[in-house]
Amino acid sequence: MSPEVLGAPAVDTAKVSGRAHSRARAARRRKLVVGAARVLLLVVVLGLWEALSRAEVIDPFNFSMPSKIWEQIQTWVLHGTALGPLGEQIWYTLHEALLGWVIGVVAGVVFGIALGRITLLADVLGPYIKVLNSIPRIVLAPIFVIWFGLGPASKVASAVVLVFFPVFFNAFQGAREVDRNLVANARILGASDRRVTLQVVIPSATSWIFTSLHVSFGFALIGAIVGEYIGATKGVGLLVAQSQGTFNAAGVYAAMVILAVVALLAEGLLTFGERRIFRWKPSESDR
Amino acid sequence: MSTDTGPAIELRGASKIFKTPSGGLHTAVRELDLTVGRGEFVAVVGPTGCGKSTTLTLVSGLEEPTEGEVLVAGEPVAGVGDKVGFVFQQDATFPWRTVLSNVMAGPRFRGVPKAEAKKRAREWLARVGLAAFEDRYPHQLSGGQRKRVALAATFVNDPEILLMDEPFSALDVQTRALMSDELLELWEGTGASVVFVTHDLEESIALADKVVVMTAGPATVKQVFDIDLPRPRKVESVRLEPRFIEIYREIWESLGEEVRITRERGAAHVA
Repeated sequence: MSPEVLGAPAVDTAKVSGRAHSRARAARRRKLVVGAARVLLLVVVLGLWEALSRAEVIDPFNFSMPSKIWEQIQTWVLHGTALGPLGEQIWYTLHEALLGWVIGVVAGVVFGIALGRITLLADVLGPYIKVLNSIPRIVLAPIFVIWFGLGPASKVASAVVLVFFPVFFNAFQGAREVDRNLVANARILGASDRRVTLQVVIPSATSWIFTSLHVSFGFALIGAIVGEYIGATKGVGLLVAQSQGTFNAAGVYAAMVILAVVALLAEGLLTFGERRIFRWKPSESDR
Repeated sequence: MSTDTGPAIELRGASKIFKTPSGGLHTAVRELDLTVGRGEFVAVVGPTGCGKSTTLTLVSGLEEPTEGEVLVAGEPVAGVGDKVGFVFQQDATFPWRTVLSNVMAGPRFRGVPKAEAKKRAREWLARVGLAAFEDRYPHQLSGGQRKRVALAATFVNDPEILLMDEPFSALDVQTRALMSDELLELWEGTGASVVFVTHDLEESIALADKVVVMTAGPATVKQVFDIDLPRPRKVESVRLEPRFIEIYREIWESLGEEVRITRERGAAHVA
């Protein structure tokens, strides 16, 4: 259909639908422009990297180049890594990160809500938590390797300490900032303290908690990777360490790409879960 | 029970002093004496911010009086009892629960089995005209509809005492009149005693049997007026009656003075 055909009838409804139509077209065009610009940016950056590296303007030994990284990923996928199949390494790392994340989240939520609800506990433990939080927790990773050995336990432990604090602080804040009206209303309606915690405080803290879940899964991955980097028998972090040991820059980058993909997938799953839980919330377009 | 003939609510010399965040003391109400009979609808009017709401939190058991006594059905108030319903000024519906689940909350908190709670909640939703909305979430409703949910959620518990803290102040004028009529209808079937706090004198006269005028803060009872307008009333037509206007003038003489004092204080604060 050409635009002349659409514009020809001078009836009002046709005009309105014509306007809606052109608005939709403009929106589609914008989407296309944004998408094309994104792809273009990626191509330019990767192309520049490749070209400069091939022309030896930047040192290909240190900086590698996209084609080599791609080759490295292909080799790992097709022929496995020096440590065994690639899938196994990813699964190993993911398994440690997930376990650490779950433990850290559960502990963070439980402690956060408990301290948010019980002022005495918060007053007693508050300063200690502040002190613990101010320790750069990544330095605990070597200690965990000493304590728990080269197996997954030490990586899980470093993931837990990284995940715990952001989740804890958000859950604590969420429990503290519950609408006082809602609590008063629940009490008037007959809710016991336990009910208030379970059915008012926790639901209203969930949006706070979820905010921290996004960040903290990234932290869990960092914990697992750093743990593996320091000492492990398997995992993507060990892959990084090994590539570095053999001066294989492409290997380090390839491991980074793999981790980024894993993190993005996890983030997508989390967003999906969040949408299902927060059906009661007005979506942004509603307001 | 011998207490059955006594007043529903009695405040005897009740005072409430809060600690302010800066460490000072703020007296919200002082030496408050107030009696609400059984089945009586009492409106409490006073200047904005004078401590009217505190009176309600004392009766509800959410707060304890610093001095004096608060009795509900002849018994001193100790914590939140099961006789009391409270409709708050702000929205207090649970946003993560559906309309039906919100109305079921009270009975469920009090240990009523689920099926029974659902049945009672549906009855009250029908009475407030929201039967078709039971699966919605509060954010999908208008302000007036949310207030109806709050009313249903309060009435479903069969409160003997109904405390209302400027419940309709956030609504537009037309919705407010409509809700006031609905409130009167709902209340007339229950025999509950009501304390309705408002700063709107018209609203208080249209609704109540007795209007209590509070002083500028710290609040105490200044004067009590009996409203002899016949029931059933329709708030929009009753306010045009000559007797209504007469009463309005009489009470305003008392209330207006307190409002002026509050305003002057506010001006002094700004200066």
